[in-house]
Amino acid sequence: MTQLTQILLAGLNPSDPNDWRLRSYEQREGYAALRKILNEKIPPDTIIGEVKKSALRGRGGAGFPTGLKWSFMPKQYEGDKYLVCNSDEGEPGTFKDRDIMHHNPHSLIEGMAIGAYAMGIRTGYNYIHGEIWDTYERMEEAIDEARSAGLLGDNILGSGFSFQLYNHHGYGAYICGEETALLESLEGKKGQPRFKPPFPASFGLYGKPTTINNTETFASVPWIIRNGGEKFLQIGKPNNGGTKIFSVSGHVNKPGNYEVPMGTPFAKLLEMAGGMRGGRKLKACIPGGSSMPVLPGDIMMRTDMDYDSIAKAGSFLGSGAVIIMDDTTCMVKALERLSYFYYEESCGQCTPCREGTGWLYRVVHRIETGKGRIEDLDLLNNVADNIQGRTICALGDAAAMPVRAMIQHFRDEFIYHIEHKKCMV
Amino acid sequence: MLSAESLKKIDHEVTKYPADQKQSAVMSALAIAQDEKGWLANETMDFVAHYLGMPAIAVYEVATFYNMYNLQPVGRYKFTVCTNLPCALSGGNDAAAHLKQKLGIGFNQTTTDGKFTLKEGECMGACGDAPVLLVNNKRMCSFMSCEKIDQLLEELSK
Repeated sequence: MTQLTQILLAGLNPSDPNDWRLRSYEQREGYAALRKILNEKIPPDTIIGEVKKSALRGRGGAGFPTGLKWSFMPKQYEGDKYLVCNSDEGEPGTFKDRDIMHHNPHSLIEGMAIGAYAMGIRTGYNYIHGEIWDTYERMEEAIDEARSAGLLGDNILGSGFSFQLYNHHGYGAYICGEETALLESLEGKKGQPRFKPPFPASFGLYGKPTTINNTETFASVPWIIRNGGEKFLQIGKPNNGGTKIFSVSGHVNKPGNYEVPMGTPFAKLLEMAGGMRGGRKLKACIPGGSSMPVLPGDIMMRTDMDYDSIAKAGSFLGSGAVIIMDDTTCMVKALERLSYFYYEESCGQCTPCREGTGWLYRVVHRIETGKGRIEDLDLLNNVADNIQGRTICALGDAAAMPVRAMIQHFRDEFIYHIEHKKCMV
Repeated sequence: MLSAESLKKIDHEVTKYPADQKQSAVMSALAIAQDEKGWLANETMDFVAHYLGMPAIAVYEVATFYNMYNLQPVGRYKFTVCTNLPCALSGGNDAAAHLKQKLGIGFNQTTTDGKFTLKEGECMGACGDAPVLLVNNKRMCSFMSCEKIDQLLEELSK
């Protein structure tokens, strides 16, 4: 077994059912960072500076620098400000936040408390994907534990700093992973994204300044404060600090979450996931969740797993969901299923997405069922062009990008399907 | 209209939000109401609207937007099977086909004895455990081979 470099899942003992509890977390240096900040009254700007130094980037999909986002919050604001955690993990292929909350919930709570302190926020919400109910219940219990120990609530550890944290669950809407849709949902409405600007830092939850980060992002913060931003950065590579949890699914022997330093070669990650199932050949991989462009296997095998390397290869790191497909996979069928998903989950607010996702699905469906025409390939690209960049939120882009990449890299397979009315594989 | 126990749970949810933002509790209130009633009839949604001081239409909007709410009666056990791509690569469609065959129903149908309803679901965020299915929204079952599905059906048929 190779030496693992872990931050988020470090020291966890999966065979101990109580390992997630406060006591175990404290044995793993848990809440040491928060205690240090409160005892030494470390200035908020120093904390934000440390997070900036770490090159921690948003782990939810967009990869925006976390420290920079935190510095957007108005400092001299009279009134309520909010901190929100986006745990609405519904991007097909992604299942890392569930493991963090299930096995290490206090790392998220501590990370949020530190963020709240740094931005002068007194109230936070953790929005949890509705389908993972046992994880929601675990987070409820973990917050109760932290509150009882004086680590959340009024006057934390006698410091004068107060932070209230609550869990909120979704109930089956992919779009609520989009941050402004999530805010609408938290306000008790349909999850339809808001036009930006104004950005949440000026007009967020209940119209108040709000910062929203992903679960994995918050959970990385305590380690950064304990060990320094510089050290976190060094674990990864420049502009891509730290470790990342990759959720590996599909045709591998050991699907699961693997935390590795940023910049780890894809080939290494595939090996950690037990290699290809049945020793088959890697055909394609979607490296960052279903919304990101697919890449052929040979390109992936030459790529490292970090934001910049994957972007250079022609896709995005996204949420770190690595979907592996072997040579038995029909790419037309794969795209048909993904297109159906975006059609089903479009919130219906913007016409190009509401109508366009239906077009994409129906055209791919007719190719898959042997009724396709050769012009359909241009038609699909045309519909994708008319969605991408023309909607309020990124769901439209997420529906368009996989279509374009699938046709680009596997054009022969689509043509074969149209001409022979059957699969190539 | 709802039991004292359900109301107590809703009251707890309401405490999470600012006093003038009770509407934020509507998603959990509807989930709690559904757990008690099995599905959300109009009068149930009207009650929730009244309880939270919201217009009824605002509650209907929420209930119809999020797909884990049952807007029609369902069987005693609702199975939602994920067939999205990562699950499909690891047997999600086989799990769905096996359930259809065992129960003798298709998606969005309920067995004649009113016991089981079958739904096709979207990503549940558990792709590493594929195939996955949910029982009544809250119990997630992982690695659902045909054998494990048979065991589950036997357990729930008792």
